[in-house]
Amino acid sequence: MATLLERNPNGLYCAQGDFDIDPWSGVDRAIITHAHSDHLYAGSKRYLTARAGEPLVRARLGSDARIESLEYGASIQINGVRISFHPAGHILGSAQVRLERQGEIWVVSGDYKLVPDPTCAAFEPVNCHTFITESTFGLPIYRWLPAGTVMDEINAWWRSNQQAGRASVLFGYPLGKAQRLLAGVDSSIGPIYAHGAVEQMSRIYRASGIPLPAAAFVRDAPARTDWTQALILAPLMSKNSAWLRRFGRMSTGFASGWMRIRGTRRRRSIDRGFVLSDHADWPGLMAAIEATSAERVWVTHGYRAPMVRWLAEKGLEAQLIETQYEGERDEAGGATGAGGEAETGADGEPNGTDEV
Amino acid sequence: MRAFADLYAALDETTKTNEKIAAMSKYFSTAPPEDIAWAVHFLIGRRPKRLIETRKLVGWAIEEAGIPNWLFGESYQAVGDLAETMALLLPSAQASSDLPLHYWVEERLLPLRAWDDAARRNSLIDAWRQMSEGQRFAWNKLITGEFRVGVSQNLVVRALAEVSGVSTAVLAHRLMGDWEPTADFATQILAKETADADVSRPYPFCLAYPLDGSVEELGAVGEWQIEWKWDGIRSQLIRRGWRTFLWSHGEELITERFPELEAVGGLLPEGTLLDGEVLPWKDGAPLPFTQMQRRIGRKELGGKILAEVPVVLLAFDLLEWNGEDVRERPLEWRRQKLEEIVAGTASDGHLVLSPVLDGTSWEELKSTREQARARGVEGFMLKRRGSPYRVGRKRGDWWKWKINPYSVDAVLMYAQPGSGRRASLFTDYTFGVWNGDVLVPFAKAYSGLTDDEIRQVDAFVRNNTIEKFGPVRHVKPELVFELAFEAIQRSSRHRSGIAVRFPRMARWRTDKKPEDADSLDTIRALLPKE
Ligand SMILES: [Zn+2]
Ligand SMILES: [Zn+2]
Repeated sequence: MATLLERNPNGLYCAQGDFDIDPWSGVDRAIITHAHSDHLYAGSKRYLTARAGEPLVRARLGSDARIESLEYGASIQINGVRISFHPAGHILGSAQVRLERQGEIWVVSGDYKLVPDPTCAAFEPVNCHTFITESTFGLPIYRWLPAGTVMDEINAWWRSNQQAGRASVLFGYPLGKAQRLLAGVDSSIGPIYAHGAVEQMSRIYRASGIPLPAAAFVRDAPARTDWTQALILAPLMSKNSAWLRRFGRMSTGFASGWMRIRGTRRRRSIDRGFVLSDHADWPGLMAAIEATSAERVWVTHGYRAPMVRWLAEKGLEAQLIETQYEGERDEAGGATGAGGEAETGADGEPNGTDEV
Repeated sequence: MRAFADLYAALDETTKTNEKIAAMSKYFSTAPPEDIAWAVHFLIGRRPKRLIETRKLVGWAIEEAGIPNWLFGESYQAVGDLAETMALLLPSAQASSDLPLHYWVEERLLPLRAWDDAARRNSLIDAWRQMSEGQRFAWNKLITGEFRVGVSQNLVVRALAEVSGVSTAVLAHRLMGDWEPTADFATQILAKETADADVSRPYPFCLAYPLDGSVEELGAVGEWQIEWKWDGIRSQLIRRGWRTFLWSHGEELITERFPELEAVGGLLPEGTLLDGEVLPWKDGAPLPFTQMQRRIGRKELGGKILAEVPVVLLAFDLLEWNGEDVRERPLEWRRQKLEEIVAGTASDGHLVLSPVLDGTSWEELKSTREQARARGVEGFMLKRRGSPYRVGRKRGDWWKWKINPYSVDAVLMYAQPGSGRRASLFTDYTFGVWNGDVLVPFAKAYSGLTDDEIRQVDAFVRNNTIEKFGPVRHVKPELVFELAFEAIQRSSRHRSGIAVRFPRMARWRTDKKPEDADSLDTIRALLPKE
């Protein structure tokens, strides 16, 4: 079996094509699955990404970066390797990268989820020989309820906060999660406000044609704003900041797959955890892997060791790949390192590296 | 079961006292009495004796989940709580049970003990299939006996008081003692009328607050009754209906463990309730607490141990006199009657009056307090003259003014996850001190750190594990903590040869390196002379 990708100090490297996928330092040519900060590092000479994700990649890298893009499904050849992007369903413009050379097909999943999300194109299974999958939530304890059910919980929480006269502050990853929340909550309940980090990203979504309800910038709100009726979308990193104090009496919520576990919910001292993730749950990971018909699976992100063992017991050639991908650090409950390796830092607090 | 699982979730979700009370009030005002009785039973921390081996329960959950054993192990590692891991791994819930809590407890939970394994398995799998995920979680907690939701008995009492309109003092009393969680009981606890008649039932203990400021802030010495603070088992000795009951503060009926005191009870006037400390005692002074532990550890109390470790009740208060509840009477009144009773009881030395100390100034008392350690007591109790006997821990009338604890700098050696809400964090630690150039485990401690510090230590443990033994991590000797403890004794059961009482983390010595920690020799020097 030909090897199209290998691990090198920058991550996943294709020697025949001389390019890297989601490298974590500057290279000549970077193929980018999506704009989350653990997949997109500055400093490469050229970037190639899915067209739908280009504005987000641009917003992160700045106007000087050299960024090229391809429509989903379209392909180009680089040194004899055919490259194409296929929707990953993770966030706007997120893509799986398909590589083909002399009939050998590899797919790098990037981050993905299988369930529908109105803010991005739906995951599309791609047949391949080798599938490199994430496994952020690679344990069977991770099983999501339909997003609609979770949105109902959030709406109910928002309404009961209104009745109790307290603001509803909902934390979530500012790129992807926040827009999915914005699109999913019932905006007729009350006014929606957003932290700057969220609203900047939402604007790119709207400019890309994704309909999202209006959310006012918190910082533009007049001093005597009544917050008790409002839903405020904010990144988790604002949780312990002075920024939060203006809302007065409030209930805090956090939308994340990690909220599935009571311990992570409780130690965050957040009032409500909503189990909503942009990553595949365990059944989703299994379905995605099966749909590729791959014989070989490389596993990155999160609970890799149990996934590898599970797949191997199912007769697949599975292998654990060290990466620096972190599966949305602000979701990490300090317990992402499965299989006995070092786990992420103190309580996996929100990543300060998220500069948007 | 639905309302109960919702109650559990609501209590679990909040740390705010008023929200917990509101959730319980809501439950108590809508649930049938049969369910309320069981809910109260579980909420105040009572649990059935072990129903089933956890290993079997887990085996059936794994079978039903359709996963291999090792994957259950990995999942448990990530979740840190057995009941929750099972609930998360069982096949997606298709139903939600409308059957009431008392059905689940009486028909399905308690019989588990008597059934054979096949019947248990079928019943449990059937139960899981009928339940939603939240219900399964609460149910699993009940089965494993780990039902803890962070509500104190006091909070349960407040919620019951809100619903019934009965005072918290009466309700607290109604919840004490031996009662069966029946509908009748629930009706009784919520009943308006207050002629309660259970002969065995103790009163809620009045607890002292530790003195945090300076003693002078309490005002004039003359306003206070001063006693030694004895370190024993806080207990109430009850004589009612010509029967004797000894209740510990942990709400255990311990009459049979102390035949000497049961005999004392037989000598008391009918309708008497004494409050005091049970202490191992010889020649007019307490024996070391390790002696008491030795005695408590015995299943059978032979003549030898009774002779070697005799006990006394050191009485300091009188709560019932001639069958009358006298808790509202002033301290001096109760003290005087208590003295009369003790004087009138030919107890063969097993009933001792806790002496009241004289002191004309705080200065004078401070120097008296220096003798505390030599006398085997923990310091002083200060009780406000004229005060009633209050329910629970209330600031103001009773203070404990302890001698400063011992303190030692020790190195973190082992860590393991806590239980309940701390199950996903490493919160239980073993500390070592130097013996030459090796560290010897010396004390275990769980409390004393802030949540923030616990998180930091947790991260340290995860990143600095040298070895794992089951849930226990052996970590790099790097962190130094100041441990405080109340007493120190020789012990052959401990590797260090030393046992300490109530060890806790006084502070994290980030300014110290492991080599700066104390040595076993320094600690041995603290031991009382042989
Ligand atoms: Zn991502
Ligand atoms: Zn990722």
